[in-house]
Amino acid sequence: MALKIVKGSIDRMFDKNLQDLVRGIRNHKEDEAKYISTCIDEIKQELKQDNIAVKANAVCKLTYLQMLGYDVSWAAFNIVEVMSSSKFTYKRIGYLAASQCFHESTDVIMLTTNQIRKDLSSPNQYDTGVALTGLSCFVTPDLARDLANDIMTLMSHTKPYIRKKAVLIMYKVFLKYPESLRPAFPRLKEKLEDPDPGVQSAAVNVICELARRNPKNYLSLAPLFFKLMTSSTNNWVLIKIIKLFGALTPLEPRLCHSTSQMSFLFFLSPWLSPSSLSTSNSTSAMSLLYECVNTVILCVQKLRILIEDSDQNLKYLGLLAMSKILKTHPKSVQSHKDLILQCLDDKDESIRLRALDLLYGMVSKKNLMEIVKKLMLHVDKAEGTTYRDELLTKIIDICSQSNYQYITNFEWYISILVELTRLEGTRHGHLIASQMLDVAIRVKAIREFAVAQMATLLDNAHLLTGNTQRNGICEVLYAAAWICGEFSEHLENPMQTLEAMLRPKVATLPGHIQAVYVQNAAKLFATVLRSQEGNTDRTAAQETSQLMIDRLPLFVQSANLEVQERASCILQLVKYIQKLQQKDVEVAEEVNALFAGELNPVAPKAQKKVPVPEGLDLDAWINEPPSESESEDEKPRTMFTREETKHSRPRHTEVDEKELAKRREVRKQEQASNPFYIKSSPSSQKVYQEAPGVDHIPVVQIDLSVPLKVPGLPMSDQYVKLEEERRQKDRADKKKKEKKKRKEKGGRRGKRDSGPESEEDITPAHMVDIVTEEMPPTAICRSVSLVPPLNSPPCVPSTCQKSSKHKKKKQKKEKEEKDKKKKKKHHHHRHHSDGAGEESVQNGTVEEEEEPLPTISDAPTCSLASPPPFRQVCDIQGNLQDGSQVVVSLIFENKCDSFLKAMEFNVLDSLNSRLQRPDGAGPHDGLTVPFQLPPGVSNEARFVFTVKSIVMPQKLKGTLAFIVKNEDSSTHEKLDFKLHFTCTSYLITTPCYSDAFAKLLESGDLKASSVKLEGVVMPFPHLLARICFHHHFSVVERIDSCASMYSRSIQGHHVCLLVKTADQTVSIDAKCDEPSLLSNVLDEIKLTFSQC
Amino acid sequence: MRFMLLFSRQGKLRLQKWYTATAERDKKKMVRELMQVVLARKPKMCSFLEWRDLKIVYKRYASLYFCCAVEEQDNELITLEVIHRFVELLDKYFGSVCELDIIFNFEKAYFILDEFLMGGEIQDTSKKSVLKAIEQADLLQEVRKLPHNMLCF
Repeated sequence: MALKIVKGSIDRMFDKNLQDLVRGIRNHKEDEAKYISTCIDEIKQELKQDNIAVKANAVCKLTYLQMLGYDVSWAAFNIVEVMSSSKFTYKRIGYLAASQCFHESTDVIMLTTNQIRKDLSSPNQYDTGVALTGLSCFVTPDLARDLANDIMTLMSHTKPYIRKKAVLIMYKVFLKYPESLRPAFPRLKEKLEDPDPGVQSAAVNVICELARRNPKNYLSLAPLFFKLMTSSTNNWVLIKIIKLFGALTPLEPRLCHSTSQMSFLFFLSPWLSPSSLSTSNSTSAMSLLYECVNTVILCVQKLRILIEDSDQNLKYLGLLAMSKILKTHPKSVQSHKDLILQCLDDKDESIRLRALDLLYGMVSKKNLMEIVKKLMLHVDKAEGTTYRDELLTKIIDICSQSNYQYITNFEWYISILVELTRLEGTRHGHLIASQMLDVAIRVKAIREFAVAQMATLLDNAHLLTGNTQRNGICEVLYAAAWICGEFSEHLENPMQTLEAMLRPKVATLPGHIQAVYVQNAAKLFATVLRSQEGNTDRTAAQETSQLMIDRLPLFVQSANLEVQERASCILQLVKYIQKLQQKDVEVAEEVNALFAGELNPVAPKAQKKVPVPEGLDLDAWINEPPSESESEDEKPRTMFTREETKHSRPRHTEVDEKELAKRREVRKQEQASNPFYIKSSPSSQKVYQEAPGVDHIPVVQIDLSVPLKVPGLPMSDQYVKLEEERRQKDRADKKKKEKKKRKEKGGRRGKRDSGPESEEDITPAHMVDIVTEEMPPTAICRSVSLVPPLNSPPCVPSTCQKSSKHKKKKQKKEKEEKDKKKKKKHHHHRHHSDGAGEESVQNGTVEEEEEPLPTISDAPTCSLASPPPFRQVCDIQGNLQDGSQVVVSLIFENKCDSFLKAMEFNVLDSLNSRLQRPDGAGPHDGLTVPFQLPPGVSNEARFVFTVKSIVMPQKLKGTLAFIVKNEDSSTHEKLDFKLHFTCTSYLITTPCYSDAFAKLLESGDLKASSVKLEGVVMPFPHLLARICFHHHFSVVERIDSCASMYSRSIQGHHVCLLVKTADQTVSIDAKCDEPSLLSNVLDEIKLTFSQC
Repeated sequence: MRFMLLFSRQGKLRLQKWYTATAERDKKKMVRELMQVVLARKPKMCSFLEWRDLKIVYKRYASLYFCCAVEEQDNELITLEVIHRFVELLDKYFGSVCELDIIFNFEKAYFILDEFLMGGEIQDTSKKSVLKAIEQADLLQEVRKLPHNMLCF
């Protein structure tokens, strides 16, 4: 035996201790795993020895290895051995190892109970201490139950060192073994007044934690805590007490005052002396501070100081606290919007996220657009996808909250959603998709707009699906396809969309999206058939069927069952239809009947609203109940008397009247705050109560009785601008504002209510009309630009000499750039076929006279456009040689720092006008612009259009696709625009002699028409110059305040005018051989003058 | 407090203390995840972040990150104070502490932490009493250690 001990100790001299192990690991950086595995082998040998010192050393090393991530659970028993050593040195190591390695499922813990009990009652306080510390880490319900009494005794130990630890560990014991709380509580309460501050603070800690879970039971301690609070100078303790009061306040309002007082101190004290909490002796300043803080608003102002602080930590906490105040006092926080928006620019993501949280609560109808615009900017800038995704969800959250309560313009919202689809690699495609669906389904008035947008998305699906596998954004195609299919009656060109949906590339999309594509292709097919069968020529309809039959087999082969099933169904259907078509049978109606009716969302609990028909008793047995005698029925009642009330039968009678009414009230409130609940209109609710009927199942309807129609990809920014202008207008309209205010005071509004409300917000209906009709987001056309001038005086004076034109445009450009978006301007104006030179002379006079810019139809105006920093100037010239041709000259100017290339110009042809394309090109092919644009360079391109009839004005939609090439990247961009061919653009300034003019009028071939312009204050020569310039007339003769004018259309129509003026009234008598052309020209002239 | 971690700038764990029983595998995963998040943050950023359902409060001292996970209702600033106090304690005990002190005397660092915090709650707010307890326990250890040391030499 003796020999063994000696041998052991000699061996030990060669053992590694912890320091050696650490050093060894550091020296074996390359083959750490191998080194450690040899060490573990050594440790295993050491653990086999009887020498406790060796074992303790081994266990110590194991604890270190455990931290490095190695599994040491196999040594659990050895750890228990070391724990039970009588020597403090080893015991300490044993308990440390146990506290690091043991958890509830460690089975050897059972073996430790007696050892721990022994240590707890050890005369040495450090033995006890180390046992308590260890226990706090690995206490299990069993240990808690067995040792609760021992620990309770220790709470009254003579040494504060032990008392303090015992009190703290009691909390863990309570958690694991709640029964121990009742007997231990009186003693715990005693410890609140322990002479030792450490024990006292431990007791406060424990009670505070307990109270957080169940405040009610601790209300009786409030006076005691209040005493502690006023007497204690230990901030650590104070914070805990305030937390405790925070939990108690909801139960005892009287505490509120003191809590707010203290919370403020709690809030400020770390700020006043952040470095030394425990020593901060700000008691004297307390009363003073207290004076400052009685209202939440003041608190918020203090928070502002925190947020403005340069210390990031305080900034973060300030925002955090503000978000808490926001929940109860949104108004007071809202005034700090500027500050919070500022925080969105912070470098620190944590701070940005906090600020984002705050935004959610501070949006209103007024500032929603502005805030979202700001967020959109951040989306563009955001470097990491996580933050960008967070922004995306926040934007959608903010906009959709409380049933889109804050959205006044759904077109704007759709545009935002469409813009969000440009995010690559986001995970939230489905979120955008569900929003699109929701809005399109629920806001009927927006459907037309939404459908146009969705059609564009489908058309450009390839842009979204670059990387299908990881790209969640393709989910939006799901929504796009469904919306286009379901609301296909709004599609402008359903055939084109149908083709887009049947492209072979669709087969690369995920299965569930393809399925929707196939199904909705069928719906579209039905719509297309209907329109085509209306024509006399049946071949078109048959061609459409053929297209379906050609393309569908691709989906029939799909690996996705859903796609396959739908495709084969529809393929068979179409084949059948084709057969019928060949027999000249009209099928469109029947095909349409397949998809007739509207799909409406129904609230999940709508069934409850259907009243039970009279005479139907759902509780009555349909058959005789299974033999159950009265006595048997009563037996359980007598046995479980308490349950009687819960018994099903009496419940029905009791619950009825009041209870039901109460429940209904509760439910209504719940519904009011539930954005997913679809509310019925209040009126229908009433009706339902009086005369119940199935009709009153609530079905969503948000009616924006505003005709909305905008083609092209929208730029949400424009809506923001419009919104601002509209508000300016609103401000002028005081009455309305007051009305609105009253309405806003009305508090929470349901969906139904918000419908009219938002209408009111949009106030002048015609305004919105213009917005939507004339303000296509990215479009060029002059009419677009007119929207701003409607409300504010035109900011671009009529200029024609190129140089000055540019200058003015630049001015406007600068103005627009304030919006932080570079805009493309499109300039559109008519030219004389003789060339620009002559015209500029003509306009030169106009310029001198400094007249404001005239009409839509004629003068150069700028239009808002999309982000590409890129400008187009456009002239439309009639071609004298060919009465059906119009030449459009476009000057492209590159305003950005990037290289623009591969520009492709394309216009969607209408029946009347089409772009002349080279032979062999398809009807939808674009024309390549024959040059590239380095930064700052401009160049001109001409495009020829064929026009059949010139008697009506028309608009053509088009796109310009191009590649923006930077040093490191190149992106594909697209610009939508609209070309506006007014009737005056078909007129050509043609000189005419007065005798020829007289002959023309005498011939009697001309139809007459006239128009009166009131309130024209300009001098007569200006007036004439204006008509000449904008409407391409030439003056034949002028006598005093009377003049005759002449112009000719490209197709040879003569247009003669007799202009007279008197007392600010201008009367124009006109004659032309084409009455509709004449009336359009006169309308355009009228419009020109109504603008000034 | 749920747990406290000390790790180096290179992502090596130096100390870990878990105040709620957690499975070994989860611990490893959480530590790895958290280190990644914290190490990615730039020096000028604030010391708080939200992670899973916890609030993380961290502070960097020289090459060591001290990182605490606290619950929703807990006070971030006081957690920061706890970290600072712990560092002060280490500093006092080791005499201008450095990372190596903690590596080689990791059990000592644990003992100090255990005297300062227990079950995730502050045990004693006074530096003096914590250090006194440690010193006395050490003394006890040295006295008993002596015979074993003599055995070695």
